[in-house]
Amino acid sequence: MALQSPSLDIGGAVLVTPKPTAGGRGYWQSVGRRLRRDPVTLVCAAILILLVLASIAAPYLYLADPYKTSMIRRLYPLGSPNHWLGTDELGRDMFARLIYGGRLSLFMGVTPVVCALLIGGSLGILAGFVGGKTNMAIMRIMDVFYAFPSVLLAISLSGALGAGTENTLLSLTLVFIPPICRVSESVTTQVRGFDFVDAAKASGASAFTIVRVHVLGNVLGPILVYATSLISVAIILAAGLSFLGLGVKPPEPEWGLMLNTLRQAIYVNPVLAALPGVMIFITSICFNLMSDGLRAAMDVKA
Amino acid sequence: MDTLLPIQDRGGPAQPLLLATGLRKHFPVAGGLLGRTTKVVRAVDDLTLSVAKGETLGVVGESGCGKSTVARLLIRLIKPDKGTMVLDGDPVDEPHGITVNELRRQVQMVFQDSYASLNPRLTIAETLAFAPRAHGLPAAEARERVRDLLSKVGLDPANYATRYPHELSGGQRQRVNIARALALRPRLIILDEAVSALDKSVEAQVLNMLVDLKTELDLTYVFISHDLNVVQYLSDRVLVMYLGKIVELGPVEAIYGNPQHPYTRALLSARPSMDPRKRTHEAPIQGDPPNPIDPPSGCRFRTRCPFAEDVCARLEPPLADAGAQAVACHMRVAGSGHSKAVAA
Amino acid sequence: MLLYALRRLIYLVPVAFGVSLLVFALVHLAPGDPISAIVPPDAPKEVVDKLKEYYGFDKPLPVQYLRWLGVTLTGDLGTSIGTGRSVATEVGSAFGNTIILAIAATLFAFTLAVILGTSAAYAKSRIVDRLVTLISLIGVSVPHFWLAIVLVIIFAVELGVLPPMGIGPENSTGWTFDRAHLAHMVLPTIALSVIPLGVVTRTVRSTVKETLSMEFVTALQAKGMRDSRILLHVLKNAAPTCLAVMGLQAGNLIGGSILIETVFAWPGTGFLLNSAIFRRDLPILQGTTLVLAGFFMLLNLTVDIIQTMVDPRIKRG
Repeated sequence: MALQSPSLDIGGAVLVTPKPTAGGRGYWQSVGRRLRRDPVTLVCAAILILLVLASIAAPYLYLADPYKTSMIRRLYPLGSPNHWLGTDELGRDMFARLIYGGRLSLFMGVTPVVCALLIGGSLGILAGFVGGKTNMAIMRIMDVFYAFPSVLLAISLSGALGAGTENTLLSLTLVFIPPICRVSESVTTQVRGFDFVDAAKASGASAFTIVRVHVLGNVLGPILVYATSLISVAIILAAGLSFLGLGVKPPEPEWGLMLNTLRQAIYVNPVLAALPGVMIFITSICFNLMSDGLRAAMDVKA
Repeated sequence: MDTLLPIQDRGGPAQPLLLATGLRKHFPVAGGLLGRTTKVVRAVDDLTLSVAKGETLGVVGESGCGKSTVARLLIRLIKPDKGTMVLDGDPVDEPHGITVNELRRQVQMVFQDSYASLNPRLTIAETLAFAPRAHGLPAAEARERVRDLLSKVGLDPANYATRYPHELSGGQRQRVNIARALALRPRLIILDEAVSALDKSVEAQVLNMLVDLKTELDLTYVFISHDLNVVQYLSDRVLVMYLGKIVELGPVEAIYGNPQHPYTRALLSARPSMDPRKRTHEAPIQGDPPNPIDPPSGCRFRTRCPFAEDVCARLEPPLADAGAQAVACHMRVAGSGHSKAVAA
Repeated sequence: MLLYALRRLIYLVPVAFGVSLLVFALVHLAPGDPISAIVPPDAPKEVVDKLKEYYGFDKPLPVQYLRWLGVTLTGDLGTSIGTGRSVATEVGSAFGNTIILAIAATLFAFTLAVILGTSAAYAKSRIVDRLVTLISLIGVSVPHFWLAIVLVIIFAVELGVLPPMGIGPENSTGWTFDRAHLAHMVLPTIALSVIPLGVVTRTVRSTVKETLSMEFVTALQAKGMRDSRILLHVLKNAAPTCLAVMGLQAGNLIGGSILIETVFAWPGTGFLLNSAIFRRDLPILQGTTLVLAGFFMLLNLTVDIIQTMVDPRIKRG
């Protein structure tokens, strides 16, 4: 039996536990086990996986062309033949556009959080582990970003940079770096205070090795939980920017932008106009519930 | 076969293993309007001590007297503001001496909190292999060493190597901590309240193990504790600390049999007596230790000392020889100006 | 205490400096220079240069920054490129409208959140607890600008009971306390309050629940104190955490109202910011962002100080 250790290669056949029950179970294994027993998290994960798969595989799903407009078939109601979710203000098939819309909406929600996780997480761990002046410098810069309400910061940055997918990704990443950095810093500072970090220092290992072996394993959990809780915020915010015309440009299908263009249809076909929002809502609720599930599953001693 | 071997003795038995001179550590306390450093905690002030090869030096004192700071200074987990350290003839962290990392190869530490000092995400084997691996020991040898270490501290390798800290009892965890301190084959081990958190029965087992390990591995101990009985049992020499200063230092028989400093006497008489006829009726020492941010002038113990006089407030008593031990008290210095001073 | 407040205020100076740098940088993040963005591409070069000189865009960046900072510190936020009016006046009147909406939403959200959160924590039946958890989950997950549209569809389009947009009747010149203006406020207030409602309910529920499991509550029960009195003790202990979250949410309401103001054409800072972005009226963008960030900072400071006053465990001196 090899030891489950990503960092230290001391695995081998020598250290065998005689009774499997007496042997320890790793932290991540027990988290996984708890997650598998949580029906809410499982259902949410299934829905999200379905959404992601559908948006990735959209071109192969025999959907209608999401860009093909038609002056005749505008604003068909739900349940119309060939367009079971109706058509939008330019006669494009709603079902196809909602599925295709997931591509950009999910991408623009998840990417900034992942980028911010990498940048903000590293900065926070650095600040927390090194402490002193480095910590001061990093955290003071974060305080500046903290002086802005997040929505204001996102909109002002996007507004200044101009509309477009890249600019939206950039401004959203900037918005999410400070909070992730703050959380990473505080958990790292906590972990650094434990004697096992001192013991590792006393062993003469390099700072990098100590962070890799002793700090990361203990801070990654809380940071990841926090980051997943931000994904739902990011998806709403990204859609909001597109809704304002600051994100994705037409005619790309994107849920926020679709909400915007369909606003003129609320007097004609109100249910249709609300559909893209339902997609955002479902996605956001699933990410939130998953984050809660992850938090509960990780809230164990080991 | 094994590449990470014990360091050989260099200076011979007469040369102290560790000599620390004038160690000082003051911790800044932020205060004031701009959060500038306006005050310092004088945790350790001009402390000089030597540890002989093969001995156990006990360090006692009330909580907050700077014992743990001394431990962390000796292993350089905190950098002293002032002072030098010499390890078996080699100055530490100086141009012609050895580096801090080389010091840490030979000096290791066991922490008090057995839970906080083990990484909860690593198995016992991973924890024990960390230091040897960081020093470049190949994986196979590290594995061998882990087995060896576990057997040394009385834990069956087959049973404990793959376990996590939370699956172990406090005593077992402390055994692992001791094994980790041994992992680099050090010569000196600093035990900072290493057994204080354990149940009495477990404490005794671990103490006996420490005694055995010392002989077996030719170790030297600095044993820090607030438990006077344990220190007496284990130590060859004893150092008594009060507010970051040494008040008395000497052989264990002298300190326990003939304490000279009023503080040492008070500490010793505070021990519960085993003899019902010798009840302690009055608290031998009054009040709490003063704030180390602003320690009393002169002798730091004078605010609680029943014999304090003017001279104690004016002058700081030097650590001077008084019979078998060294004492920092004006009453033991001839001509110090204290009315109870010894005759010249 | 006073010393702590003063120290926090002094600490705010470098942060405010950073904020001013960031806000200044906003204009220069924009592709191209701010003047080219508003003049027609075929404008004569002399005119463009003259405009640049007029707005000071011809100087090197550090000089521009210091000039801008100096002028801003006197309360002059510049002139709107779009309307030619003073930015301070434009932002000032819009800010008032935003604050009215924010206060209404704050009161609504916080009151409801405290009631819901406390009753969920106290609830003997799981159904109440589940229901409140569901409400707070919806609150934090719902895209609030979409909810705004849905509210308009239901109450303005389908039922026709509430006005769909605007601050008041068509001839209204500004907000006044009357029936018509209040009716216009209902939908924006609800839409704006969902997020803080969700977040604060969550916090109140978990904090009160945690406090209830503390041993001092058992001690109070054991000594026979009435439940209503115990509730007071519990709320007092839960207050600091909840206050901190509420403060942050109140601040986010000011900044977050942009989307709601756009949906309801509510003439507040968000609406102003949005139109400034599309007219590329950078002085307005700068001015609005600066005022909102400044307000947010002061609000955070106030919350921090209040929290210190409420919580005896925090000793900051």
